[in-house]
Amino acid sequence: MSVNSEALVAKRVSKRRSYFRRTWSLYLMLLLPLAYFIVFRYVPMTNIVMVFKNYNMFKGVWESEWAGFVWFQKAFASKDFWLSLRNTLGLNILDLIIGFPMPIILALLLNEVVYKRLKRITQTIIYLPHFLSWIIISGIAFQLLAPKSGVINTFLINAGFEPIEFLGKESLWIGTYALLGLWKEVGWNTIIYLAAITGINTELYEAAEIDGAGRFQKVWHVTLPGIRSTIIILLIMNMGRILGIEFDRPFALQNSSVMKVADVISTYVYRVGIRGLQFSLTAAVGLFQSVVSLVFLTTANWLAKKFGERGIW
Amino acid sequence: MSQTEIILDRRINRRLRTKSNKAFDIVIAIFCCFMILTYLLPFINIIARSLSSPNALVNNRVSFLPVEFTWESYVYVFSDAAFSRSLIFTAILTVICTAFSMFMTVLCAFPLTYDNLKGRNFINILIILTMYFNAGTIPNYILMKQLDLLDNPLVLILPGCLSVFNMIILRSFFWGIHESLRESAELDGAGPFTVLMHIYLPLSKPVLATLALFYAVGRWNGFSDALMYVTRIDYHPIQLKLYQIINNRASIEVAAQEGFTSPVVAEGLKAASVMFATVPILLVYPRLQRYFISGVTIGAVKG
Repeated sequence: MSVNSEALVAKRVSKRRSYFRRTWSLYLMLLLPLAYFIVFRYVPMTNIVMVFKNYNMFKGVWESEWAGFVWFQKAFASKDFWLSLRNTLGLNILDLIIGFPMPIILALLLNEVVYKRLKRITQTIIYLPHFLSWIIISGIAFQLLAPKSGVINTFLINAGFEPIEFLGKESLWIGTYALLGLWKEVGWNTIIYLAAITGINTELYEAAEIDGAGRFQKVWHVTLPGIRSTIIILLIMNMGRILGIEFDRPFALQNSSVMKVADVISTYVYRVGIRGLQFSLTAAVGLFQSVVSLVFLTTANWLAKKFGERGIW
Repeated sequence: MSQTEIILDRRINRRLRTKSNKAFDIVIAIFCCFMILTYLLPFINIIARSLSSPNALVNNRVSFLPVEFTWESYVYVFSDAAFSRSLIFTAILTVICTAFSMFMTVLCAFPLTYDNLKGRNFINILIILTMYFNAGTIPNYILMKQLDLLDNPLVLILPGCLSVFNMIILRSFFWGIHESLRESAELDGAGPFTVLMHIYLPLSKPVLATLALFYAVGRWNGFSDALMYVTRIDYHPIQLKLYQIINNRASIEVAAQEGFTSPVVAEGLKAASVMFATVPILLVYPRLQRYFISGVTIGAVKG
C-alpha cells in the first residue's frame, strides 16, 4: 500500500516536472508583461493611499502624515471641482445625445449606398480623422473657425453677416466641442454597426421582399432589429462612462475665456494637481471619479444583462 | 381582378418602386458627396494656407486654393531647430516604442493561448482588471517620480508599452490558428518558443502589421504623457510642440528672427506645422485601413 502511494507521488512529481519542462518557457515569456502590469498598473494603485495623507513631495507617499478625509471635504467644498464635475457630465450628455444616434443613422445610410465605389471612398475619408490627434484637429479647427481670419467667418463677413466666435463664447464653445467630436469620431463609430449589419441573415431581406416590403420597411423591420443588441449594449456602456472624460479633447480646445464651461475633471486634475502641486486634493478627486465610474459601469453592465444582452464581462 | 390585370398591376408597381429607388439612391449619393466635402474642405483649407504667402493670409484672401504660392512656411518651420529636432525625436521614439510594444504584446498574448497553462485564469483577470480600474492621473504621476522617470525619454515608452486592447486582438487571432499545427510541431519536439517563431508569428503577419500601426499612430499622436511628465525641451514630442505653436506658446525661431512675428503671418507657419504632424499619418493610413476594421470588431466582441 505504502509502496503504491509512494509510486503515485513519484508519478505525480514527475508529471508536474514534465509539465514545467514543457511550459517553463511560456512562463518566461509572461515574465516581462506581468512585471509591466504590476509595476505600471498595480503599484500606482498603492499610491492612492495619498488621498488620506498630507502628501509631501520630499517625504514621499508613505512617510507623509495621515490626514483622514480632509481632502475629500476640501474637494467637495471647492467651487472649481463642482464646476468641472458639472461640465464633465454636461459635455458627456451632449456627446451622448448628438454622438450616439448619428453613427447609427450614418451606418444605415451607408448600407443603402448602391454605388460601391462611392461608398468605399466615403468610408475611407470619414474614418480618417479618428487617427489624427486632438492637437491636430484643434489646429485645423482654430484656423478654420478663427473669428477674423478663418475661412468660415471670412465667408460670413463677405456675405454681410456678423462673424461667429465659435470657440470664444461659452455657449458656442459647447456646441463646437460637440460638433468637432462628432466630425472626428462619427465615421469610426459606424464601423461596429456596419459589421453588425453584415451579420444579418440575407434570407430575412428576401423574406421581407416577398412580403412586399419596400426599402424603408426593410431598414425598419430587418436592419434595425438586426443591430438592436449592438445599439443597446453601446448605449448602456456609453451611459456607464458618463463620468469619464478624455484629457486631450477638452484640453486642446479650451481657452481662458471659456473655462467656466470647458474645465472638466481631467483638465482640473492636471491644472490644480500637476501644475498647481495640490497632489492629495486632486488625487482625491480622481479617486472619487474612478469609484463612481466603476459603480456606473457595473450598474450599466448589470442592466445590459438584464435586457438579455451579453454585457462586457 | 383577372390574371393579366394582376400581372400588369405588379409591373406598374415594380416600375414605380424602381423609380423611387433610383431617386433615393441619388439622394443618398449626394449626401455622401456632401459628407466627403465636409471632411475634405478643412484639410484643403489648411493645405492652401500653408502654401500661401503671408501677404495673402493677412488680407484673408485664402480659401481653398493657395494664393501667391510659396513653400516659405514649410521651409521656415523645418529649418527651425527646435521643431525639426522634435520631429526627428518623435520619429525615433515612434520606431522604438512600436518595436518594444510589439515585443511585449506577443510575449503576453502567446502564452495565454495555451488552454492548459496553469494560472492562466488568474493572469487573465489580473490583466483585464486594469482595463476597468486605473490608478488615476496623480498616483501615476507620483509613480513616475518614484521611478525617477520624469524628464526621462523612457517615460514616453514604458508606461504605455502594452495595450490590453491590442493584446486581446492578437490573442483572438492566435486562437484562430488551428491547434493541430501546434500539436504536430510539438510531436516533432518543438518547444513553445519554436512554435511561436515558426508557426504563429509567420501566420499572423497581417494582424501584427495592424497592431504595429496602431501602436505607431498612438505614439505619434501621444500628447498628455509628454505634457505631464516631460519638461525638457529636447524630449518634447511633435504633438506637444505643435500644441505650443498653435496656442502661441512657442514661436518658430527662424521666422521670428527675420521679423515675421505678427500673429497673422504666424498663421501660415501654424498651418505648415499642422501639416508636418498630419502627413506621416496620411502616409500610413492606406495600409492601416486595410486591417483596422477586423481589429475593431474582434476587440468589440471580446473586450
